[in-house]
Amino acid sequence: MSREVMEYDVVIVGGGPSGLATAIKIKQLDTNLNVCLLEKASEIGAHILSGNVFETRALDELITNWKDLNAPVKTKVNKEKFLFLGKSKSLSWPTWLLPSVQKNHNNYIISLANLCRWLAEQAEALGVEIFPGFPASEILYNEDGSVKGIATQDMGLDKEGNKKDSYEQGMELHAKVTVFAEGCRGHLGKKLIEKFELDKGKNPQQYGIGFKEIWEIKEENHHEGLVMHTAGWPLDNKTYGGSFVYHAENKQVFLGYVIGLDYKNPHLSPFDEFQRFKTHPSIKSIIEGGKRISYGARALIEGGLQSLPKMYMPGALLVGCDAGTLNMPKIKGSHTAMKSGIIAAETIVESLKENKDLSIYEDKFKKSWVYKELHAARNVKPSFSWGLILGIIFTGIDQILFRGKLPFTLKHKHADHETLKPANVMPKIDYPKPDNIITFDKTSSVYLTGTNHTENQPVHLQLKDKDLPIKYTLEKFAEPAQRYCPVGVYEIQNENNLEKFVINSQNCIHCKTCDIKEPSQNITWVTPEGGGGPKYGNM
Amino acid sequence: MKILVAVKRVIDYNVQVRVKEDGTGVVTDNVKMSTNPPDDNAVEEAVKIKESGKAKEIVAVTVGEEKAQETVRKALAVGADRGIHIKVDGIIEPLAVSKILQKIVEKEKPDLVFMGKQAIDDDCNQTGQMLSALLNWPQATFASKIEFKENKLEIVREVDEGLETIEVNVPAVVTCDLRLNEPRYASLPNIMKAKKKPIEQINASDLGVDTKQRIEQIKVEEPPKRKAGIKVANVAELVQKLKNEAKVI
Repeated sequence: MSREVMEYDVVIVGGGPSGLATAIKIKQLDTNLNVCLLEKASEIGAHILSGNVFETRALDELITNWKDLNAPVKTKVNKEKFLFLGKSKSLSWPTWLLPSVQKNHNNYIISLANLCRWLAEQAEALGVEIFPGFPASEILYNEDGSVKGIATQDMGLDKEGNKKDSYEQGMELHAKVTVFAEGCRGHLGKKLIEKFELDKGKNPQQYGIGFKEIWEIKEENHHEGLVMHTAGWPLDNKTYGGSFVYHAENKQVFLGYVIGLDYKNPHLSPFDEFQRFKTHPSIKSIIEGGKRISYGARALIEGGLQSLPKMYMPGALLVGCDAGTLNMPKIKGSHTAMKSGIIAAETIVESLKENKDLSIYEDKFKKSWVYKELHAARNVKPSFSWGLILGIIFTGIDQILFRGKLPFTLKHKHADHETLKPANVMPKIDYPKPDNIITFDKTSSVYLTGTNHTENQPVHLQLKDKDLPIKYTLEKFAEPAQRYCPVGVYEIQNENNLEKFVINSQNCIHCKTCDIKEPSQNITWVTPEGGGGPKYGNM
Repeated sequence: MKILVAVKRVIDYNVQVRVKEDGTGVVTDNVKMSTNPPDDNAVEEAVKIKESGKAKEIVAVTVGEEKAQETVRKALAVGADRGIHIKVDGIIEPLAVSKILQKIVEKEKPDLVFMGKQAIDDDCNQTGQMLSALLNWPQATFASKIEFKENKLEIVREVDEGLETIEVNVPAVVTCDLRLNEPRYASLPNIMKAKKKPIEQINASDLGVDTKQRIEQIKVEEPPKRKAGIKVANVAELVQKLKNEAKVI
């Protein structure tokens, strides 16, 4: 049966900051263009998770009067701290000695999910058609090979792919230009990068996994507007990562941890490192007596300019972290994602009006401040492959003395799935048990994410070789999926002395870490039925 | 035949509900909201009846704040023909909702009123019953199967002892159980079309219904945390603990 088709001028896949900025800018430039935006979450914002200390530069350009329109950007940063953590001690680093990219005095502590909800309202007011709950699951191509649009997922299939009573066929959305704004490791973006060889001549992309918890803390421990970052313990010198502690409004603290997915020890559990981090005296003293109210995790891009793929192809553009525009030393990607969306919108309107090729996106991008930022930031992350100490020394020289203008570019040598060492040569890590006050297990954490997927639907975490986890990955790497997954989707169960690899896909919070870190790239994340996944509030 | 289906906007069933620190209620800011699940079953059943040719029109109605319209819009996307939104802000109790629905029934003159057996936010399980009393119509609650028998409905009810089959005259109020059917998904084309279907907005105050709260809510608090379990070595120890510590045997 052929699918129903709708024609639009522009179809945007993903309702995060980059996709929404694209949509808004297009309608501002030409209100007659038909713009449709699809989002896989049950509502805009429900799959958004971010720190977030927000630089308003792109928002200032997009919606100049955002303050009058009551944008949820309210808590200005008023104090900053940077701590190096030892096991029980901490050393405060003077903020005047921080590179300027890490200074935040003009920025705001926000919930990016709430900002996206607000951006969606602005977009709808301009006439953008927004459809949450509809994942784009398939790319459609014209005969000449250019991107024609996307198709939404069929709904109501059972595990074996048979139609249930509730079956609804997916729909084709055709567009003159399709914009992919799925965020880090978008599953369609990944296919496009491969098909059009967009990453040719680029370094392998680098990723991290970021955790976030929201705590409601005691009044006396709360300092609205305080931003704190830490490096060091509990990670060793060789593992890239650090924490953030942002004091937001309503006595809430946004507490998070980011670990580079280029870590080498398969016994490492990012989730448990995060939990352990909270037991450090300088962190525990903040949250003690408080209550954890939210939890979530999401992979993020760390590769920067060296790994940034070409962002245009016939009929389509990549924006935001579907390409990888995050500024790693700034630990910020929302403003760059939005700016890439603004540039994409300008490209689209110009290309449709004047019949120009989409390749003008690249020139525009290179002339913009995003490119300058990413260029100045490019050497920071690769320098940390020499370890924390050398990384900090180099970053000091690169960022403070030379302001990112050193005449060379360091390379990312390996993709993250290539970095694990065999389990038998790496030390096992003994993580403390959760106390259910400060630290928690994965089960109680996933409960806070509101995650659900309809039962009896095709498993959306697909194995290329279903025997590989037990036959190879378990023996060689002690099956690290059990540990890198932040919600315990993957388990090794022992039944009658037979080991079994179990995928609890219902718990998946769409972070994409497995798709990135699986050493043989054996796991592919595809879209589950629409509306599934986490239901984040103000993450 | 015309069916009126009442739908309510509640906190999504997947969201972990959090009690406000001051005990005045639960946190609803930036929380995902959805249609009350058994209301989805009520809409689905109405649509099925319409598809079988036994009903001509389905009208979806909701009572609540501006955003409650989303639930009507969803009903329109899966097959309701038009919608009514009774606007009222703040907490509204089942009795007031029943009185509002009574006015809508008088105006719309449906043959059947469907709704979920209860809402998952306050778990009151009252609106359907009170509406039937106000209208002096028969009621069939917790319906898990509905069949037409000439001018009557044969309804299977989910009760504690098992299943009860009853017959009611039409017009009637039917409250639906989750087992009644599997609600369909709204397809994207139908959501697009639903955006163009009409929703009539009426202010509750214009209906002449007193929506004042009758119940004073004193405090909302979380249930006590469950204590961690323990492992016992053998049956004897279990029996001893059940007898002496738990004092249940």
